[in-house]
Amino acid sequence: MSTQTPVIELKNVSKTFGEVNSLSGINLAIYPGEIVGLLGDNGAGKSTLVKTIMGFHKPDEGGEIWFKGERIPDWSVAKARALGIETIYQERALCEQQPIWRNMFMGREIKNKFGKLDVKKMKSEATRLMSEHMGFTSTAVHPDNPVQTMSGGEKQGVAITRALYFEAELVILDEPTVGLSLSETKKTLDFVQNIKNSGRSAIFIDHNIFHIYPAVDRMIVLDRGRVAGNYKKSEITMDELIDSMYRVARTGNIKE
Amino acid sequence: MSENTEVTPPKTTAKPPSFWRRFGMQFGIWAVGIGIWLTFVFTASETFTSKDIYLAFASTTPMFALMAVPLTLIIITGEIDLSFPSISALATGVFAKYYSGGGSVWVALILALFAGVVCGYINGWLTTKFSIPSLVITIGTGFLFRGVELAWMNGSGVELTDSGLDGIKEILVGRTFFGIANQFWWTILATAILWHILNRTRFGAHIFLTGDNKVSAQLMGVNVTKVKMRTFAIMGFFAAFAGLVSSLDISYFWPTMGEGQLMNAIAAVFLGGTSVFGGIGTLTGTFVGSFIIGGINAGIVASGLTAFFTQIFFGLVIILSVILQAIISKRIKR
Repeated sequence: MSTQTPVIELKNVSKTFGEVNSLSGINLAIYPGEIVGLLGDNGAGKSTLVKTIMGFHKPDEGGEIWFKGERIPDWSVAKARALGIETIYQERALCEQQPIWRNMFMGREIKNKFGKLDVKKMKSEATRLMSEHMGFTSTAVHPDNPVQTMSGGEKQGVAITRALYFEAELVILDEPTVGLSLSETKKTLDFVQNIKNSGRSAIFIDHNIFHIYPAVDRMIVLDRGRVAGNYKKSEITMDELIDSMYRVARTGNIKE
Repeated sequence: MSENTEVTPPKTTAKPPSFWRRFGMQFGIWAVGIGIWLTFVFTASETFTSKDIYLAFASTTPMFALMAVPLTLIIITGEIDLSFPSISALATGVFAKYYSGGGSVWVALILALFAGVVCGYINGWLTTKFSIPSLVITIGTGFLFRGVELAWMNGSGVELTDSGLDGIKEILVGRTFFGIANQFWWTILATAILWHILNRTRFGAHIFLTGDNKVSAQLMGVNVTKVKMRTFAIMGFFAAFAGLVSSLDISYFWPTMGEGQLMNAIAAVFLGGTSVFGGIGTLTGTFVGSFIIGGINAGIVASGLTAFFTQIFFGLVIILSVILQAIISKRIKR
């Protein structure tokens, strides 16, 4: 695994908001075809880390972001997405008054050969994706319908389908199962499995260790903005992992 | 989609949004417009059955419609510009000063439009750079631009009767087809171009996203700062253009010009169905809204009421249209 070039690599990435060190000296690499679970208590820095990987937050001076062995100096959301990183955010990142098709292609709108928006194609692609991949049959799921008319699971479906459409090489799922029903949760977990089966990578964040453990190859434990632990699944059982999570939360130290 | 006998199309019971949900607002605007028009046709039939009144509309309404249409873009992004009448005056001042100083009329035109764009960028920059609500900052820049213009002109107007201006007057405010003022056609052209930008370009798509949910848009890679700056710059361009149209139409540049247009333009945008909260709006709505506002102005007087009644009418129309928006948006929320 380590002889491969990582899809994405963070070197010494810190993020400070005013006085608060949200991330300090993060080093981490995600390899092709790997599903990595990101664990940590509330406030450990998971969401900040995700938003930094995505280019929404700019790392502090000295932090570097490498994509496939190349350092990318002016990292931004548009660049991250263009290179093939998609994120399904906890807060879903939808514009709820807008129709489904606008949400689906938000920030990466399809243009025709004259450089104009291809509205017709975006609508038909949105319809196709929604029914093929998510199996949506609800009456609210028409490409012209505003997202605010949909249920929570359907909204999440839009966010997932969006990440899927662009065939990202790395998909980041930030607490994707929050507020979902059992069958919707299963659908989401199947989606993670599909990423792996198609040889792509994912970072999977969930508060529920029982969702994470079966789905991932490796787990990174984050605590107070630092990487506190990094385990291959073969190295640790679920019980040991839970124990060490408690220990980290109590003492801030992964080792006994 | 091609018909295929083997593969059944994916089963979907998805329904498009209902007619009322999609076009209710637009329908409402047209209904209000036609209703008001019919009222005037009956109460002031003499005036409203002759074509003179319509020719007058076509000449005066564009003076604020040309600013209401680009203002729609700013309001969709969730911002507002209250300084455009001042931009209009400052840019026209640039035109008048440069031309009366012996400069070429076309260079004067370009300088005026450029001045408008610069003022717009200043608004956009101050709003986005310091995250100050544009409602506040453009009150400030409104005074600033107006003050600069008044101080520079020393408060006095400029006659624009020189024969060297005949060419530009013919183009901007001449009477080409059926005696209809050219500014009417310019307004249609401006609406068409901005419609295209709003609905058929990536920038336009980002205008909606920015106003709907700024953070979501940023998370998906939309540069909301750039989007807002550009909408303010477009506003500045059209404010300058509208200022030139208004001044050349009367062959005189008043240093206080545009002051009466602020409320007309804002009323036209909201009457046209653009949401006060951002994310929703149409340019055709604003276009129709402008002519309703223009019609009310003229109709009240023609019906034999004093001009004071226009304010009552305006007030009611704006309040009702904003209430209507609030009701519609509440009904579709899940």
